[in-house]
Amino acid sequence: MMLNIENIRAQFPILAQQIHGKNLVYLDNGATTQKPISVINAITNYYKNENSNVHRGVHFLSGLATKKLEKTRNAVKKFIGARYNHEIIFTKGATDSINLVANGYSTLLKKGDEIIISELEHHSNIVPWQICCENCGASLKIIPIKDNGELDMDCFYNMISKNTKIVAISHISNTLGTVNPVEKIISKAHELGAKVLIDGAQATTHVNLNMIDLDADYYVFSAHKMYGPTGVGVLYGKEEALNSLPVYQGGGEMIKDVSFKKTTYAPLPHKFEAGTPNIAGIIALNEAITFVLKLGIENIYNYERELLEYATNEILKIKGVVIYGNSKNKTGIISFNIDGIHPYDIGVIIDKFGVAIRTGHHCTQPLMERFKIPGTARISFAVYNTIEEINICIEAIKKAKSMLV
Amino acid sequence: MKSIDIIQNEIIDDFNMFDDWIQKYEYLIELGKDLPLLNSAYKIEDNLIKGCQSQVWLHAEKKNDTIIFTADSDAIMTKGIIALLIRVLSHHSPQEIAESKLNFIAEIGITDQLSPTRANGLVSMIKQMKIYAVALNN
Ligand SMILES: Cc1ncc(COP(=O)(O)O)c(C=O)c1O
Repeated sequence: MMLNIENIRAQFPILAQQIHGKNLVYLDNGATTQKPISVINAITNYYKNENSNVHRGVHFLSGLATKKLEKTRNAVKKFIGARYNHEIIFTKGATDSINLVANGYSTLLKKGDEIIISELEHHSNIVPWQICCENCGASLKIIPIKDNGELDMDCFYNMISKNTKIVAISHISNTLGTVNPVEKIISKAHELGAKVLIDGAQATTHVNLNMIDLDADYYVFSAHKMYGPTGVGVLYGKEEALNSLPVYQGGGEMIKDVSFKKTTYAPLPHKFEAGTPNIAGIIALNEAITFVLKLGIENIYNYERELLEYATNEILKIKGVVIYGNSKNKTGIISFNIDGIHPYDIGVIIDKFGVAIRTGHHCTQPLMERFKIPGTARISFAVYNTIEEINICIEAIKKAKSMLV
Repeated sequence: MKSIDIIQNEIIDDFNMFDDWIQKYEYLIELGKDLPLLNSAYKIEDNLIKGCQSQVWLHAEKKNDTIIFTADSDAIMTKGIIALLIRVLSHHSPQEIAESKLNFIAEIGITDQLSPTRANGLVSMIKQMKIYAVALNN
């Protein structure tokens, strides 16, 4: 199916904005995507007409809010092909979800146990495991990457052992765009009795997800990177994987009975949902899922691949450009540098042309160290981007280069 | 030596000559390129200013009761900004530096570049210059 991009763009009010007197060209979608009007309306509608706390009141509005929140849980379950609704935990975001699991593992692991992550992980999938290791004495092993930005799977196969208790890997690299062979990693890990957490922050609009087929023990993502609101994330876990984790935060909602002698905890999913959640955001996530499903993940992926190929060709025509991440299997992310120019300088100049990209280390400092660079300039696409926008971006980069050299 | 405020006004006048942001940025880039090299002995971890997207090394020493700053950065725009800060603050007494109010940044009309966001580390740079001034004041 061909997507009608004009029609899609019309659903995003922010795209009509002017920045420094120029049309906004938003190419920082890896950081966060913009929101369609349906998502924005769901949030305002909630506060205008439905606001009430969930799972608590007997009154009409509380029932309505609860029903809508649980409807999103059901929508997420279907979206990622999970078995049960109670395998979907609402969190603040991917980071929060990883911390929940890593915190749990700090009580499950001991000295001699090993955790495997990779060199291309986001800090959110590094630091929680470092903290976990500090707390329990387990050690952290790192899968290196090859020059083209792919995981060195031979190293992984050598590294994993009976001591490995959990492998935590991103589905798609936010800096390089590489789609990692998570299926292979999961099956190898399971062979040796290790659990696997997949950081799907960059994947939810690019890969058709089916948890039953994928067989990941935990899968995490953020609503705001899939056209949804900030402050909402998901932790999917297999029922038994979630049940094996100790409670994370204590508070309302997550309890069965509280007394000063002994408090007992609620069953899944509430066990991990202490306190009043981001109700408006969770309800709006349902709209984001609807938006994505209506377009079709495959269509989004294919369209962004077209943009990727066009932009890659065009940017490589600029002399001195180096692209980091050249796997054949990558999504719409281009990390690049221009010989002799700091990415920060490119970013601040093309901003003046209305072009928003990200510069810096993209929360992947170890990866920057691997390539021996201070950072990159990163272009990342969403379904509303156009060839014309890429042309504007390329022209702006050329202009920046001419000013800087 | 001219006072800090007089130098600030000179910079404001310089930038007023330009018609658009491109000329201002080009001037900033030129200042960055012309910034005297920092002695490589000072390009060390201890002199790195935290909180910038680009790396900034700042060195200060006291000479005849005034502070002399030298600096470097791997990003040219950042270097341009440092060049301006050095032009304003270098060769003044620790007290003058510590008490200075830097209004030129808001006045020269490139505030999105020079705005005190974490990314460009402007705030960290000014803070570090003042800390050096205070530290070297005895
Ligand atoms: C691969 C990856 N993991 C984790 C995160 C963290 O997501 P959040 O900040 O929404 O928790 C990001 C976001 O930048 C990401 O790209």
